[in-house]
Amino acid sequence: MHELSICQSLIDQVEQIALTHGAKSVELVKLRIGPLSGVEPLLLQHAYPFASAGTLAAGSTLVIELVPLKVSCEACGIETEAEPGWLVCGACGSCHTTLVSGDEMMLMSVELIAAERTNHV
Amino acid sequence: MCDTCGCNITPGNREFAYKPVNGTTAVAVLKSLLARNDDQAIHNRQHFDKHRLLAINLMSSPGSGKTALLEATIDALRDEYHIGVIEGDLETENDAERIRAKGVPAHQITTGSACHLDAHMVHDALHQFPLAGLDILFIENVGNLVCPASFDLGQHRNVILLSVTEGDDKPAKYPVMFRAADLVLLTKSDLLPLLDDFSPARAESNLRNLASTVPVMQLAARKALGMQPWLDWLRSELAQQRARVGRGETAHPRIQVGAMRLHEASM
Ligand SMILES: Nc1nc2c(ncn2[C@@H]2O[C@H](COP(=O)(O)OP(=O)(O)O)[C@@H](O)[C@H]2O)c(=O)[nH]1
Ligand SMILES: [Mg+2]
Ligand SMILES: [Zn+2]
Ligand SMILES: [Zn+2]
Ligand SMILES: [Zn+2]
Repeated sequence: MHELSICQSLIDQVEQIALTHGAKSVELVKLRIGPLSGVEPLLLQHAYPFASAGTLAAGSTLVIELVPLKVSCEACGIETEAEPGWLVCGACGSCHTTLVSGDEMMLMSVELIAAERTNHV
Repeated sequence: MCDTCGCNITPGNREFAYKPVNGTTAVAVLKSLLARNDDQAIHNRQHFDKHRLLAINLMSSPGSGKTALLEATIDALRDEYHIGVIEGDLETENDAERIRAKGVPAHQITTGSACHLDAHMVHDALHQFPLAGLDILFIENVGNLVCPASFDLGQHRNVILLSVTEGDDKPAKYPVMFRAADLVLLTKSDLLPLLDDFSPARAESNLRNLASTVPVMQLAARKALGMQPWLDWLRSELAQQRARVGRGETAHPRIQVGAMRLHEASM
């Protein structure tokens, strides 16, 4: 499944951020995933412990915020909720719509545990 | 339910549940999960533009006729363009062989068990493959309607094949994939008279319901039927690509999954 490879690339990004900030480890990782991203949140959640094992993100919590699917209509200008296979305007039925939200697969933020202050010589 | 996977976190309690305690720092990131792939894809696109070629990503279910379409296209455009093919589909072992038999350079990516191509695999192939002198580079993706759509390879256009032996409800079932199309080809149209359950009109209306306005064409590569509109589309796309390169511009497919809202969020 590609969720494992996506998870590995997520962990790479997270570790890089942790290293840049000189953190000891990662506490929490927040994502935003939309139903049209092609990424299955549950599979990502299941892959996370495997992908993070042995990294600075080991044992951290993955929080996935699900983004609603919304389209904006070019014909009537109204914004409505939609379904993945049905991106038609909910108000006037036009299929000339643009996606407002719903295809996100984004790393929003990372919470890091600071390294203990030690006096390096 | 449990404290480890986050499934008990609701919008109402999220901040409460994860209030940063002493010693933790929250870092805002706002980057795509596929940022590394996307960076590599940008680099691949620079390779393509440097060579003034048009790069096309072919996606479909296994067996929808991608390789057959390439064979017929090579035959039809032999005197007009130099074509190259990167093969990522392992459904049939001999895809690259079939292309080479047409006298066209083909590179087989051995994806192992991978279910999609990514930008790094394509980049590795590019550095083993002579791009100089090519007009059109086709990338035949792994036969899969699910994840190849999420991985930008650096292509300029996505072409999605739907064979008439599959259901006409495929666009509704695989919206992530079909939304990403710049062109949809209904393939094996010679079989339409034998099938009573595939309606090209229904397939198209399922595509329109995804707010897609891209062209839909019917063809049968194995019978050289309906090839002209497809060949004209290629000619026009190549001319546009040349003009863009001349202006120092590039193009990516109409939809890049996740990318648009990424831009909004980072503004
Ligand atoms: N009847 C018919 N069969 C086709 C056509 N194009 C491809 N096929 C058959 O479909 C099967 C799969 O084709 P192939 O090009 O290997 O599909 P791929 O897996 O998408 O590359 C082969 O048996 C082809 O002969 C067509 O236009 N008409
Ligand atoms: Mg093939
Ligand atoms: Zn409307
Ligand atoms: Zn995949
Ligand atoms: Zn390179």
